[in-house]
Amino acid sequence: MTVNPGGWRPDAPKVEAGSTLTYTGNRALMLEEPLIFEIGTTETTGVDFSPLPFRGGVGGEQDGALRASDNPLSQSSPLKRRGPTDRLGGLHRAVPIGLPGLSEPEAVRHYTRLSRQNYAIDLGLFPLGSCTMKHNPRLNEKIARLPGFADLHPLAPIDTVQGALAVIHELGHWLVTLTGMHSVAMSPKAGAHGELCGVLAIRAALEAKGEGHRKTILVPESAHGTNPATAAFAGYSVEAIPATAEGRVDLAALEARLGPDVAGVMITNPNTCGLFERDMKAISDAVHAAGGFVYCDGANFNAIVGRVRPGDLGIDAMHINLHKTFSTPHGGGGPGAGPVVFSEALAPFAPLPFVEKTAEGTYRLVEEETVAHRHSDSFGRMTAFHGQMGMFTRALAYILSHGADGLRQVSGDAVLNANYVLRSLEDVLDAPFAAAGPCMHEALFSDKGFAEGFSTLDVAKALIDEGFHPMTVYFPLVVHGAMLVEPTETESKAALDQFIGALRRIAERARAGDLSLKAAPVEAPRRRLDETLAARRPRLVWTEPGPA
Amino acid sequence: MRYLPLTDTDRAAMLEVVGAPSIDALFADVPEEARLAGPVEGLPNHASEMAVERHMTALAAKNLAAGSVPFFLGAGAYRHHIPASVDHLIQRGEFLTSYTPYQPEIAQGTLQMLFEFQTQVARLYGCEVANASMYDGSTACWEAVTMARRVTRRRKALLSNGLHPHYVSVVRTMAGFTEDEVAYTPPALSVETDLEALAAAIDDDTSCVVVQYPDILGRIADLAPLAEAAHARGALFVAVVTEPVALGAIRSPGEMGADIVVGEGQSLGVGLQFGGPYLGLFATREKFVRQMPGRLCGETVDAEGKRGFVLTLSTREQHIRREKATSNICTNSGLCALAFSIHLTLLGEKGLRQLAGLNHALACAAAERLSRVPGVELVTPTFFNEFTLRLPRETRPLVRALADRGVLAGVSLGRLYPDGDGRENGLVVAVTETVTAEDIEAYASALEEVLA
Repeated sequence: MTVNPGGWRPDAPKVEAGSTLTYTGNRALMLEEPLIFEIGTTETTGVDFSPLPFRGGVGGEQDGALRASDNPLSQSSPLKRRGPTDRLGGLHRAVPIGLPGLSEPEAVRHYTRLSRQNYAIDLGLFPLGSCTMKHNPRLNEKIARLPGFADLHPLAPIDTVQGALAVIHELGHWLVTLTGMHSVAMSPKAGAHGELCGVLAIRAALEAKGEGHRKTILVPESAHGTNPATAAFAGYSVEAIPATAEGRVDLAALEARLGPDVAGVMITNPNTCGLFERDMKAISDAVHAAGGFVYCDGANFNAIVGRVRPGDLGIDAMHINLHKTFSTPHGGGGPGAGPVVFSEALAPFAPLPFVEKTAEGTYRLVEEETVAHRHSDSFGRMTAFHGQMGMFTRALAYILSHGADGLRQVSGDAVLNANYVLRSLEDVLDAPFAAAGPCMHEALFSDKGFAEGFSTLDVAKALIDEGFHPMTVYFPLVVHGAMLVEPTETESKAALDQFIGALRRIAERARAGDLSLKAAPVEAPRRRLDETLAARRPRLVWTEPGPA
Repeated sequence: MRYLPLTDTDRAAMLEVVGAPSIDALFADVPEEARLAGPVEGLPNHASEMAVERHMTALAAKNLAAGSVPFFLGAGAYRHHIPASVDHLIQRGEFLTSYTPYQPEIAQGTLQMLFEFQTQVARLYGCEVANASMYDGSTACWEAVTMARRVTRRRKALLSNGLHPHYVSVVRTMAGFTEDEVAYTPPALSVETDLEALAAAIDDDTSCVVVQYPDILGRIADLAPLAEAAHARGALFVAVVTEPVALGAIRSPGEMGADIVVGEGQSLGVGLQFGGPYLGLFATREKFVRQMPGRLCGETVDAEGKRGFVLTLSTREQHIRREKATSNICTNSGLCALAFSIHLTLLGEKGLRQLAGLNHALACAAAERLSRVPGVELVTPTFFNEFTLRLPRETRPLVRALADRGVLAGVSLGRLYPDGDGRENGLVVAVTETVTAEDIEAYASALEEVLA
C-alpha cells in the first residue's frame, strides 16, 4: 500500500512552450521538496533489524511484525526453541496507521533538501532581539554526545551516574556564582517553565507566611508575553506597570500600586527596550517593604553576565535561558533549558528533584522519597526526571571555555556590537530611547519616518532578500512598529558593517516610499505567505488528496 | 576567546563610532555599586577546547553508559537503537542553529518538517490533529488536564493508578496552585487495573479521566469502555503514552475514543539523555484545536500560489494573547521533534510494526525466562515491552546488587513509590530491540545469584 497512490505532486507546474519555469519547479540550488506522505510508502523502510535471537517470531513470523491473526504459540522455553506467546491481550493494532517510510538515501536527501530552506546562525547574522542567536560551539555538541552523558537512563542507580550528577551540581554552582544568588533549581525545561518555577516558589513562600491572599502580580507593559501568561497559569491576576518616557519602569507609579494584595513583580532586566533598569535595587526594596517578591526575567542576562550579579540588586528569583546566555542551540524552536536561581528567602520552596553533594564528596539526588525529612517546603515537582541534561553538558562546556574573563568579554562585546548598530543607523531609523544614553545588548528602532503605507514588516522582508534574518518586529509593544536588533557578541565588525549597510539602504527606501519594497521577499524559497488563510481554514495535518 | 571575532583594533574603532571611551563606560546605567570591577571571583579564566574536553570526558567516564551492559530500564524512558542518519541530519546547521520559524519565507525547512511531524503524531495516536511539541510527556499531561478544564469548564481530574508517578506529581503540584481537584491513589502490585473503578467514579464535576497506556506497570487494557463512560457524563478521556513504539503493535488511544492523547516521544530519535531534553507529544480532536496549547504549523499558500507552511492559530498563544493564552509555553522541543520525525520516517509503517514486534517478542522471552527464576513472579501477564516482577525482597537494594554484577535490571517500584505499601518488592523491566538473548541469560543468572 502506498500512502499516496496517485503519486500526486503539488508543486509540479504545467510548463508551456516558451515558459521560463522549469519542469521540476526547482531553480538550480533552490530545490522544491514534496512531503514524506507524497514520496514515501508504507512498504518502504530505511531500517534493518537483527533477527530474533531465537527461532520464529511472535506468531512464527521471521520479521517480528505482529498480526491480529497470529495464533498463540506454546509456552515452551522461548530462548531455546520457538517464539513466545503473544501477550497483547487481543489489543492488536489491526487497521493501517498511514505512516510513510523512506529508505536511508531518500530520507537523507529529503531532510537535507528541507534544511536548505532554513536560515540559520551558521549561514549569517541572525539579529533576532530578545532571542540571542549567537554561535553554537561545536565542542559542546561533541561533549553532549559522549555515551557517558547521552546514553544514561534518568532512573539508573545513583552510584552509576555520579558524573552526571556532578555536571548538574557543577553547572548549578557556576550559575549561582555568576548571579550572586543563594541556590538554583535545575529542572525547568525552558525559559517560560523557569518563570513558572519562580512564580510558584513565590506563591508557596507567601502561602507559608499565611499571605496567600496576595493574588496580583505586576508586570511592565514591555514584558515578554510569557510573563503575564505565566502569572495567569500560576493562578494570579496580572496588572500592568506603566513605563517612563525613557523606556523604564515608572518607580513612583509602581510604589503607588504596591499593597497587601500584590504578590510580587516580574521585571525583565535588562528590559525588552534594551535598557538596564537603573532603579532595580529601589524597585526590589519597595516590593520587599510591601511584602512582595521580585521575579526577574533573565532572558537578557547575556548582556550583563560576568559584570553584574542580579543577587546584588535584590532579586528573589530569576530564570536563565541556557539556550540564550550560554549558547545551547535553539534547534528551530527548542529544546531550551531554564534553571532558576533563588534568593535565600525563596530557596526552601524550590522544586524537586535536586542534587546534593555529600560530605564524602559523592552526589545524591533528592527526589520525592526524602521530602518528609529534608525538603518539606518544596512546592513539588515540575517535570518527570531531572531537567535538560543535554543542555547542561553544553552550557557547562561553554562556561568553562569562556571562563570569568571570557564571559565578561562576552557581555562587553554584545553591548558594544548593539551600540555600534544603534549609532550607525540612528540617522536613518528612529531610535526612541537612544538620546538618553547607550543601550545594552540590543538596539531598538521604530517605524517613525517611513513613507505613508510602509511598515516595519516591509523592512523585515527586505532584509530577507539581503541574506539576513530579520530582527524581532512589533515587539516590545510599547514602541510603534518596533524593530529590536540583537547582533550578539559572535558577529565580527565586518559582518556588522555589511548588515548596517543593507539595513541603511532598506530604511532609506522605506522613507522614500520605494514601492518595490512591498514585494519583498522575492529571492526567498517562498514569497510572503498567507497567514490569514492558514488561520481561517486550518490545515494542520496532511490528508490524502481527493480524486482530481 | 575563540568564540569572539572582535579584535582590539575593531573594538577601538567601534567605540570611536559609539562615542564611548571604553566598553565599561557602556554600562553606565548600571549603578556603580552593582558593577563588578573585574572578572567574577571563583570561576577560572577561559580554557582551551582540549582542556574543556578533558574535564568533561572525565566526568562522563564516571557514569555507567546504558549501552555498555545488559540494560532493562524503562518506566517512562526507553533505550532504542537510533539510526546513524538521524543524528547526522539534526546536526545540519540549518536545523540546529535556526530559530522558531517566525519568518516563514526562510524557515520552510522547519515548518514543513513540523507539518509532517504533526501528521505522523496524529496518525500514530489515532487522532485528528497534533501540535508541534511540548517539553516532555509529564508537562504535556498537565497541559491536557488544563485543556480539559477549558473545554468542560469543570475542575476535577481523575488519574488512573497506572499513571507514571512523576506525571502524577507534576499534575498534583500544578493543580495545587490552580485549585483543580485531583483524585489519585497509587497502584497495588497487581494485574487488576482501576479502569472500572474510574468509570464508576466519574460524576458531573469530572473534567477528565487520565489513563496511561501501557501503564507504569506495563499493563495494557481496552480503554473504550472507560472512554464511553467519560463521554456519557460529559467528561473528556485523556490517554498518556510514554512508549510510542507500543503503538506499532497495539490499538491507538484515538481508536478507543480518547479525546486528548499526550505522551513522551523520546523513544524515537531522541535517546535517553539522563531525562532531557525529551519530547512532549500532544494530539486531540479537530473541534478542540482552539483550546490546544503550544505551537501549531498549518498549510497555506504564498503570494505566487505555491504551497507553504506557517505557524498558525497563534491567538491561542502567549506572545499574542498574554495572560489569556492557553499556555505559557514558548520554546518547545523543535529539534527533538525533528529527530522523532526522521526516525519515524526511516522506520515507516513497516519498520515501526517490525520494531514493535521485536520489542514484544523479546519482552515475552525475558518475562518467561525471568519468571522461571525461583522466587520471581510475573505480575503482569499482558504487556507490550515492559512488565512488572514481584521479587521475594525489596528491589532497591537488589537493583544495586545487580548493577554491581554488571546488569542494569530495571526500575525499582521502591524508588518510584517511596512510601512502600507492598510495592517495594516490585521491579519494572523494559525490554527493547537493543536487548540480546545473552543479555537475558546474563540477567537471569545474576538474579539467581543475588536471590540465592
